[in-house]
This record gives sequence, C-alpha cells and structure tokens, in this order.
Amino acid sequence: MSTVDQEALPAARLPASAAFADAVVIARRNILMIIRTPQLLVFSTIQPVMFVLLFRYVFGGAINVPAESYASWLLPGIFVQTVVFGSTTAAVALAYDLKGGIIDRFRSLPMARSAVLAGRTAADAMRNLFVICLMILVGYAVDFRFEGGFFGAIGAMAIALLFGYAFSWFFALVGLLVKDPETAQVAGFIPLFPFVFASSIFVSPETMPSWLQWFAEHQPVTKVVNAVRGLSLGTATTSDVVSALLWIAAMLLIFAPLATRQYRKG
Amino acid sequence: MEASVQAVEVAGVAVSFGETRALDGVDLSVPRGTVQGLLGPNGAGKTTLVRVLATLLRPGAGSARVFGCDVVNDATRVRALIGLAGQFAAVDGTLTGRENLEMVGRLYRLSRKDAKRRALESLERLGLTEAADRVVKGYSGGMRRRLDLGASLVGRPRLLILDEPTTGLDPQSRSDVWAFIRELVDDGTTVLLTTQYLDEADNLADHIVVIDHGKVIADGTPRELKARMGADVLELHLTDPDLLEPTAAALRGIGSGEPSIDLGDRRITLPVHQGAADLMSAVRRLDELGTVPSDLSLRRPSLDDVFLALTGRGATLEENEEVGHEHR
Repeated sequence: MSTVDQEALPAARLPASAAFADAVVIARRNILMIIRTPQLLVFSTIQPVMFVLLFRYVFGGAINVPAESYASWLLPGIFVQTVVFGSTTAAVALAYDLKGGIIDRFRSLPMARSAVLAGRTAADAMRNLFVICLMILVGYAVDFRFEGGFFGAIGAMAIALLFGYAFSWFFALVGLLVKDPETAQVAGFIPLFPFVFASSIFVSPETMPSWLQWFAEHQPVTKVVNAVRGLSLGTATTSDVVSALLWIAAMLLIFAPLATRQYRKG
Repeated sequence: MEASVQAVEVAGVAVSFGETRALDGVDLSVPRGTVQGLLGPNGAGKTTLVRVLATLLRPGAGSARVFGCDVVNDATRVRALIGLAGQFAAVDGTLTGRENLEMVGRLYRLSRKDAKRRALESLERLGLTEAADRVVKGYSGGMRRRLDLGASLVGRPRLLILDEPTTGLDPQSRSDVWAFIRELVDDGTTVLLTTQYLDEADNLADHIVVIDHGKVIADGTPRELKARMGADVLELHLTDPDLLEPTAAALRGIGSGEPSIDLGDRRITLPVHQGAADLMSAVRRLDELGTVPSDLSLRRPSLDDVFLALTGRGATLEENEEVGHEHR
C-alpha cells in the first residue's frame, strides 16, 4: 500500500496534442470498421450509381438543362448528393456506438471530449472521398468530363467533401439526440429529401413554380452544387465558390459545437 | 497523495431523472486495496452510482471523490485513475481483440509501444492470447466479457469499477473472473463491484453496501450482515403461492425476526437463534395449519437471506430468472 501512496496523481489536464492524437485513434477505428464491412460500402455505392444511370438514361432525355449535355449537368450534382447521403452514416454509427456502450467507455477514458466526433467525421470524409472517386469513374463511363482543368476538378471535389464534412457534424448531432440506430436512419434521410430534390442537382430550379424556385435557388445544397458544377465545367464565378464556402463554414460553426456539447452532456 | 485518502469517498450523492430519484443521498467510503460490493435489486441505483463514479453522470447534489479527486471538477484525473467494465461488453465487434485493447491503451495516453505491450499483457492474463487476432464478432459471450474486462485494465487503473461483471456468464467463466479479480486485489487494485449474485459478493467483497430506492439500507462485512440474520435460517418452500401469506403469519413469533416471503421462489425464510427448538415449534404450527411444505430446512444464513429480509425481494430479478437459476 505504501508504494501506492507514493504514486503521484495523474495530470489534471490533457496535453494539447490530445485532441488530434485521440481523433486519429478514433478515425482509425472507424475506418477499420468501414473496411471490414465492405457490404455496407458496396450498397452505399450502388445507390448513387443507380441514380446516375436512372437520370442519365431514363429521365435525362426528357430534362432540359442549361448545359452542354445532361451528363455534364448531372454528375457534379451527384457528387454532392453522394456526400450528403453518405454523411448520414455519422448519425447511424454514433447511435449504434451509444447503444452498444462503447461511447460510455470512451467517455470514461482520459481522452479529449472532441475526439469521438472528430474521428467519426474524419473517417466519414475519407469514405466520401473514396465514393466520389468511384463516381468520377462512373461519370467518365457515361460521358461526363471535367472541363475546368485539373485545379477545377480538385476544387470541385474539395468543396463537395467539405460540404459532406459539415453535414457529418449535423448528422452526428442527430445521432446523439435520437440515440437509436433505426430512428437515426429514418431521421437522417427524411429531412434530406426536400434539400436534395428541390435543388439544382437534377434539374434547373427555373423550371419550378416560383415559390419553390426561391427556396431551391437559395438553399445550401444548390449553392454548393452550383460551385461544384462551375468548377467541374470551368464556368465557376467567384460568388458561386464564396457562397458555397460560406454555407459550409456556417454549418460547421453551428453544428460542430452543438454536437460536441451534446456529446459532453451524455 | 496522502495515505489517509480513501479510494472512493461518496457523500450525500443524489441523482434525479425527472421525478424519479435514482440516488437519494448515498454515502460510501472505500479504503484502498479492498473490494467493495454494491448490492441491490434492479433499479435500486447501483448502475447510477457507478456512472457517477465513472464521470458519466453529474450528481445533482453531494460529492464523489476518487483518490481525493472530484468526479466533476477533476474528471480528467479521475478518468486516468479508473477502469470501467460495464454490463454490456463495450468492445468493437469488427476489430480484433488486440486492436480493441491497443485502441483503449492509446486513449489512456500510452505510447504506441506501451499500448501494444499492455494489450498483450491483458490478453494473456485473461486467457485470450489465442484469440487475440480474431475479430471480436466471433467471440463467445464469455470471451467478449473477458475482453471488456481486459479493456478496463490496460490503463492499470487504481480503482476498477465493475458493473455486474459476471451477469450471464457460465459458471466456469464466472469463477475465472473471480480468480482474476482476486489477483488484481493482491496487486493493490481497489475494486468496486455491483452484482446481483450474493454468493459473488460473499466470495469477493471485503465490505458490502445494500442499496434500495436510491438509499443505503445496510452496510457491513459479509459476516456482519449475515450475523444480523441470527444463528441459523429456517427455510421452507411451498408449492401453492396462495399459502405463503397465511403460513408466514402462522410462523410469526418464532425465531429471532420476522419471516420473509420470496414470491418468485415460493419460499419463506425465518431467522432463528435456537435451531432445533425453533424448528420444532415451526413444525407444530404448520401441522395446526395443515400445511405441508415441499421442503423444510435449517441452515446457515446466506447473503441471500439478508437481502430478502432487507428488501422484501429475492436478489434475482424476474426477467433474469433463467440466468439466475443457473448459478444457484
């Protein structure tokens, strides 16, 4: 016992490097989990591929868009749709972790409070990167081409990924609030539909009734799609890119602190 | 750290969930290097107290300290001092046993090398070396539980908090876990253990508190608690549950305390001081009543009897009956 008494107490504060180091540990865990459930990755990839094929070949012929071809209009939209749907994973996975008790273990460890969410959203961003690369290949197979040069292509991908990352924080908050994987699945998808379909992803908002057009033109998905499309096709204006980045920043500034607070609260 | 500091010092802790008072002014003090048993029926507040000590839940009132560190104001320190193994095996199914433990080691702020070494140590100690590189999904329930226990050990905690560590385990795994806990205590670890199994508390705990409705209703060593029950216990089983009440009423006045009824097991227990004489009086009363018990015995008191007398309920819960009976 006397040896125990001599032992010093552990540090009262975490080292400054903890937030990053712990997030890396958690991200690694999440990525391993994604890799080891390939069926999940396969099915979540099939869905956007189906969208591409359906819209390109079934509806595409009937849709008029202000672009050279429907494929060049559609694919940048699909990139954004893919990351937005992909980011719902954060809600399901966190609800699942909560239910399984592993979040309790993490909360009882001397680790950074932000790491579980930072690691989750980082892993989801990696997954989104993988799926976007796949969608680019699919796009090239259906006659989509990047026309804005190398930097345009990189910029388009970066904005799509950042938007997915910001959405991941929103869905992290949803997962922590609903606490149940099945509910998280539904709660995640339903609010997305109006944002995804009443946007410039598939059609030009000009074809919508005026009240809907106003929403469709000003909501974040359209703003981001316009920037991604502009950068992909080489027609981007500064204001397209700036307004997309502002939406992304606003979402991060709102949802990251809210989700982190919810995680601390338990 | 001063030598007088207790491993756990809980004073007046209260926790409410809406209208429900889960903990209603609990005091508890656990000296270092001892095993503290926490007993109580389901919903008594055991897990709530565990969550307060593990920094997962802020108490609404009172204070809780682990080696002198406050669980609210000094939570980071408390987290570095404790290891927690919960009721649900909180390990990742898609990771291997080794990966799970290395991850937890890293999160205890160990270097990569130390995390690897401690993970191996833990796996070896818990007999999981063979399974170390298998994905946890393929583990049996007992193996998962052992891995969960292993995860709570990689940080070499000074206080190990175990919430029902053997619930649902087969007898062999259970006694393995017991042996393992004893080993840790021999090494100087303090253990706080909740359990539904009274023989578990009897076997492992130096000191026991019984809580019910969020309050401590008894505490002492297992021996002290059993001594409250008198020298012996008279136990009788009935096949007809309707006869329990009248039979218990007829037995009142015999022995050294009130008869207790366990509806689930259809039995009555009665603390007695003069075994043989009290047994004969009981038989005479049963005869007058015309009741023939299916079983009648005189035995040493167990913690089970203490629990029944204190809470008016059997220790095993209805929904867990199958699990409980296995271990009787």
